This record gives sequence, structure tokens and C-alpha cells, in this order.
Amino acid sequence: MKKIGNQTFKLDNPITILETASIVGKKEAEGPMAKYFDVCLEDEFFGEKTWEKAESKMIKTSIETVLKKSKISLSSIDFLFAGDLLNQCISSSFGIRDFEIPFLGIFGACSTFVEGLLLGSLLLDGGAGNYGIVGTSSHFCSAEKQFRFPLELGNQRPPTSQWTVTGSAAAVLSKNGVGPYITHVTPGKIVDKGIKDANNMGSAMAPAAIATILAHLKDTGRNPTYYDAIITGDLGHIGKSIVLELSKAEGYQLNSVYDDCGVLMFDQNKQDTHAGGSGCACCGTVFSGYFFKQLKEKKIKRMLLVATGALMNSTSSQQGESIPGIAHAVSIEI
Amino acid sequence: MKNIETNKEYQEYVDKMSPNSPIFKNCFNAFWVGGLICVIGQLIFDYFVFRGFSEELTGTIVSISLIFLSAFLTSINVFNKIGKFAGAGSLIPITGFANSIISPAMEYKSEGYVMGVGAKMFTVAGPVLVYGICSSVVVGLLYLLFNAQAVMLV
Amino acid sequence: MENFLGSLDYWMFLKAFIIGGLLCVIAQILIDKTKLTPARILVIYVTTGTILGGLGLYKYLVDFAGCGATVPLTGFGNNLAKGVIEEVGKNGFLGAFIGGIKASAGGITAAIFFGYIASLVSKPKMKKQ
Repeated sequence: MKKIGNQTFKLDNPITILETASIVGKKEAEGPMAKYFDVCLEDEFFGEKTWEKAESKMIKTSIETVLKKSKISLSSIDFLFAGDLLNQCISSSFGIRDFEIPFLGIFGACSTFVEGLLLGSLLLDGGAGNYGIVGTSSHFCSAEKQFRFPLELGNQRPPTSQWTVTGSAAAVLSKNGVGPYITHVTPGKIVDKGIKDANNMGSAMAPAAIATILAHLKDTGRNPTYYDAIITGDLGHIGKSIVLELSKAEGYQLNSVYDDCGVLMFDQNKQDTHAGGSGCACCGTVFSGYFFKQLKEKKIKRMLLVATGALMNSTSSQQGESIPGIAHAVSIEI
Repeated sequence: MKNIETNKEYQEYVDKMSPNSPIFKNCFNAFWVGGLICVIGQLIFDYFVFRGFSEELTGTIVSISLIFLSAFLTSINVFNKIGKFAGAGSLIPITGFANSIISPAMEYKSEGYVMGVGAKMFTVAGPVLVYGICSSVVVGLLYLLFNAQAVMLV
Repeated sequence: MENFLGSLDYWMFLKAFIIGGLLCVIAQILIDKTKLTPARILVIYVTTGTILGGLGLYKYLVDFAGCGATVPLTGFGNNLAKGVIEEVGKNGFLGAFIGGIKASAGGITAAIFFGYIASLVSKPKMKKQ
């Protein structure tokens, strides 16, 4: 690989995304993306006793599904990157503990999926084997329990709040293959514009998304129109408008190619999710379910996938800290 | 539009971009649901006073009845729907206090009956008891200070 | 039952409805305008009730609106203050530590006990929206 510009790496051997898998909960399966997902759960407990166990089972299932779809045996996998939102990433480590493959746990909040793709493709490009897996998960109920309030508490969600996606996504990366290829990766820098409201994550993360998108375009010398799609992870409706307006102020017109997975996941009018979807699984499942198929069918030829994360926890919120945002980008082309 | 440089400018911009809560609708729902819960309380109160209970005891009966109602609605997974609709209308009456004890008890059952249910029961309502009880002690001490008759008893 | 319905003071119901409703509306405005969490709102209400009760002002609202004033959490605070003042009158200094809980023992115990029972018989469910 080679570093170009300030913070972008160009891969010498573009890495193929061989196959993806997605699994979602009931509410996601009622949304506009429903028909693209591999598995839709009827029951958010997934036959388990706790939300945490259910989330672990989801990530396990999505990795098993992606292996089955790509017809690759577990033993030929060289490494696995996975992460989630629960304390110390327990969904990932508990979900994959029986797999017996080299595991690297990562945390990038909701940017985890792209962080995994980024690290995985760099590692394969560097010669670390042939196949790698990237996985992530989030669960509305386990996230509410950890970050907000008990489910049965009779509180109102403010209109700026986002709905944590219940689901899990996994992708197999391959050194050899016929695409879609990861060609460039741009790890993001932390951007903190001082937003403290944990019920307004889209606004807290939007500046990081803008910074990474612009850095990527400058480093590669590309115009936004080079891409058929520039897709952010989970900024939701408010974050999406902020990205469009502020990047325009910087001289970049994204309107025709830009969208956000948090906006695409739910029907804002019918599903009452307020500002849209969020969570690790939001970007992961929408990419794995929808965009990967579009790339395979050559309906989209070049896309920039930019997952965003809010790097805070409930303690930092209670201590009045602002929310540091991050965004990582991978350029995927056929 | 003008460029956004400082955090303060960004916060102002975000405030402008973020939709406000539908405050009129929320207040209307809070008003009639909250009012209705108080009327139910009044009905229970009048009934037990009519049956000859003392007013003080009846006050306790009203509290316990409404708390039971709240516990019942919470355990059949209905209270959170009322809360979403009514906001402060179901939060401010004693039903909301009860719900804030019952909902974490149910949620943290998965962590066991001692450190889960027992300890986490007060995650939301704990502060209410702490501040309520502490301020009552302060009231008691101040009353003692300003009331000579009571001081004589010490 | 006939007698009971005949004995009801419907004017009192209206007053309870309006005062109870208004106390909730104030909290709703606080929630929507200041982004205070429900726990903070409850703390503000119970403390305000205790202070007003301690100053002897809340009882006028109770006389006027009955359960419209006692059912909201300010009434719980008032109850704590009322209990503590009564107990200080009887037992002096020690009363400050006994009166509050004594007066509100029923409510607190009921919430804890029913909460425990609810956790035995029921489990949380995924929200639809």
C-alpha cells in the first residue's frame, strides 16, 4: 500500500469483498430495506434469555451465513475483525468464541464495520493471508439498557433521537477475486464540535463525516461526482442535512450522490423512529444488504462508504463531556 | 450561508437544524392524562372516606392503589406506551415514580435477583428518595430551630 | 353504592383534574424546553413539594384540589414534610429523622414490593415505536 495525501492509503492489490450477510430485527424488516436482508428475526430475543445473548447469537449467525454464502470453510479464514457497542465488546467476543480463528476485537462505536473493512483490507494487502472476516452488531434493547433507560420506563424520545438498529452484518474479504474491490481507505480523525446532547448523535458526528469525506476527495484528487454513491453510516435525517449544507459551504456539492444508511433504513413517516436509524448494524446491514447487491449487479460502480461513530459512553455524558465524533471511509469500486 | 468556525456557532446551527418537540400536543396530552390519573385518585379517596376510613389513612390507600395500577400496567408492557403518549402526564403522578422503580427491576432481572433486581431497582427513582428524604430532614431541623415549643421537648 | 355516588362532590373532581393536569403541563414544558431527564424532573418536583410543605403553603393546594395536589410527586414531597413536622412536634430532634419516611412508608413500600413482584412475573418487551 502507499500513503497518498494526508490520510489516505491506496492499496497496491485491491481487496475483493467476496460476500456479505445481514440479519435484522422485526422493525427493520418492516422498513423500506426489508427485501434486501438475508435473515429477518420475528423475535428480538432470538430464542435466548437476554438481549445480550440475542445480540451475540446474531453476530454468530451472520458470520455463519456469510461463510455459507461464500462457500469458504472457517479454517481457511486468516483473521476476524469484529466489534459492537456493549461494554468491552462482549457481543462480538461471546458470539465468535467457538470459532477458533484469530480474532481482533475493535471499537469504533457505529463506525466499527468500516473500521473493520479498512483494517482487514490493509492487512490482506500487506500479505497477511488470503481471507479475512469483518463483523459487527447492535441491538435496540441492549443499547437502550446500557446507554439510556429500561425498556418499560414510560419516557418520551425527543425528535432528534435516533433508533438503534437491531441487527448484525458480516463480510468476507479476499486477497484474490473479481471485485467489488476496496481500492482506497481513509481512516478518520476525531472531530469534536462540542455537542453534548446524547439524543442528537447525528449532529455530533456530522462534522467528522464531512472532514473524512473532504480529506478523501482532496487526497485522491477526486470530485464527488467520481462516485455513484457517497454513503454515511448513521447520521440520520438531521446529520444528513448538516453534511449537505456544510460541505456545500466548503465548495463541494454532494446532493446528487449522497445519502445516509440511518435515513434509508426506516420509513420516517410510518415507523416513528424520529431522526432515523443508528448503531453499528445500521451501516453494516444497509451496506451488506442493499449496496453490496447494487455493486454486484453493477448498478453502482463506485461508492465511498463512510461509517460514523460517536466515541462516548454514559459516564462521559453524565460528567458533561462533549461527544467526539469519528468517520472512516473506504472506496469500493468494480 | 456563513461559515461555521467555533463550537458555539456550530451549536447554534445545530439548534436551528434540529426539530423542536411538538410542545403543544405534548402539553395537551400531559394535561388530560395527568388530570385523569388525579381524578381516579380522588374517586378512590372519596370511596374510602365514605366507607369511614380516616383521611390520613385514605391518602396512603390512594397511593398504594395507584402504585399497584402502575405496576400492573408496567408488567403487561403497557405503561411505556402510555408514557410515550402522555409524557409528564403519567410521569409526575405517583404512577411515574412507581414505574421508575418497576421498570429497572424488570429490566435487570437478567443480572440476578440480588445485584440485578435488588440493586438496580433504584437507578431512576433512587435520587427521588435521596432528595425527598434529605430535604425532609432539613425541613424537620429548620422547624426545630424556629419552633421554641418543639425545642423545649429535646 | 347509590349513597356513595350521591355523596360525591363533582366540583372537587374538576378541581383535581385541572390542578393535577397543570402540574403535569409544567413538567412537560420543562422536559421539552430544557432537555432535563425524567429523573431530574422527579427530583425537582419532590424537593419543591417538600419545601412548600415545610413552609406550610402546599396544604392550601391540597385543601383546594384534593388528589389533584396529593397524587403528583409534589404531594409526595409535601407528605414527607408534613410527616417530619408532626414527628418533630412529638419527639423533637429525633423526629427529623423519623417523620418523613413514616408518613410515606405505604407508598415507598408498595412501589418496592410491587416492583419486586413485577420482576418475578414479567419481563421487558421490545418497543414497537
